[in-house]
Amino acid sequence: MNINLTLIIQMIVFALLVWVTMSRIWPPLMRAVEERQRKIAQGLAAADRGEQELQQARHGAEAILREARERAGQIIDQAQHRANDILEQARVNAQQEGDRLVASARQQIGLEAARARESLRREIGEIAIAAASKLLEREIDTGTHQELISKLAAQI
Amino acid sequence: MSIMLPSLSAAAAGPNLTEYITHHITFLTNQTPVGLVDFSVVNLDSVFFSVLLAVVFGGVFYVAARRATSGVPGKFQGFIELVLGFVDSQVKDTFQGTSRLIAPLALTIFCWVFLFNFMDLLPVDLLPDVARSVGLGHLKDVPTTDLNIVFGLSLTVFALIIFYSIRMKGLGGFIAEFTLHPFASRNLLLQALLVPVNLLLESVMFFARPISLALRLYGNLYAGEMVFVLIALLTLRTGYHALASVSGWAMIILQFVLGLAWTGFDLIIGLLQAFIFMMLTIVYLSQAYEHH
Repeated sequence: MNINLTLIIQMIVFALLVWVTMSRIWPPLMRAVEERQRKIAQGLAAADRGEQELQQARHGAEAILREARERAGQIIDQAQHRANDILEQARVNAQQEGDRLVASARQQIGLEAARARESLRREIGEIAIAAASKLLEREIDTGTHQELISKLAAQI
Repeated sequence: MSIMLPSLSAAAAGPNLTEYITHHITFLTNQTPVGLVDFSVVNLDSVFFSVLLAVVFGGVFYVAARRATSGVPGKFQGFIELVLGFVDSQVKDTFQGTSRLIAPLALTIFCWVFLFNFMDLLPVDLLPDVARSVGLGHLKDVPTTDLNIVFGLSLTVFALIIFYSIRMKGLGGFIAEFTLHPFASRNLLLQALLVPVNLLLESVMFFARPISLALRLYGNLYAGEMVFVLIALLTLRTGYHALASVSGWAMIILQFVLGLAWTGFDLIIGLLQAFIFMMLTIVYLSQAYEHH
């Protein structure tokens, strides 16, 4: 066991190895680690930002939903009003139409009745004349007795 | 793990225990060292494993650095980043200033020293026997059991401490730290008397740093290596003949159990010592950066 040239060689090898580590090994490894740390930090920040944006979007969606619900309620109210209006209108129309129909039917009936009465009167007149002529046994001149028949018919 | 391989000498004739241990603490050198300090000698095995493990660490991390992606990391990159993050957090906790050097230095020390210490977990006779089979007489495969290696590390760190102390505080500030601290007085005469005391105290503290840094690592790993060698001694004398007797089997089982247990301990020791060396380096350098 003695101190010899190995000491000097070891110091030189040590110095060289430290220099290699300092220049070629440590910086690239550290760069990679720090780069990754930066990426992770950015990723976390982005995640936070995403979370916030999601929160905001959720709030926005809620507001829109609330508005939509209100609007839908309004629309339904309007629709109900409108439906009532239409129903009311329809009822009024139907009433009017019914009244009109009844009136028209009554008129028709009146006309028919008048026509029937007229034709009945004429027939009765003819029957009366026929009966009278039978009774008198002679022919009544229709030309001369036209006035008489008409008067008779009007009386019936 | 200290599984005693039937080495050539062991198979031959009941090897000498002293010879075996001496074999395990002798370096492979270019020439026989003379005296305590001899700069014409090189421990070839220590230099070889030091460079080899430097290449292993540098290669693995260089590949990781080249392939590094800031996207989803794979398992390999994940592991590398685990080590990187561990070292980086230790540096950030201890060192407040900014330095491009300290964190890579800490990473290098931690990984390289751990790899040195990890060599201790290979079977004690595995690599020496391989070396012997190719004609190399000795081989010590744990660089941190070599004083030259640990002092090579600690003196480099020490040089950095001095360099950064002077750069951050100036030469005057550096000297003032040695002379006006810890004892200070407003009285100029008293202060003049205190300067030598301060100088002595601070110098001892200062120069103790590289020595304690190196010897702590060396002592732990050397002891760990010696325990493995001693465990290997259990069946050294008998070798294959241990298989023939009950006591021989008991020895084999004992050796296996002790070897396994000590492997666990030594792994923890190796990791801990690498960590301690790294932490103390960070602490010393952060003190060098501090202003008073």
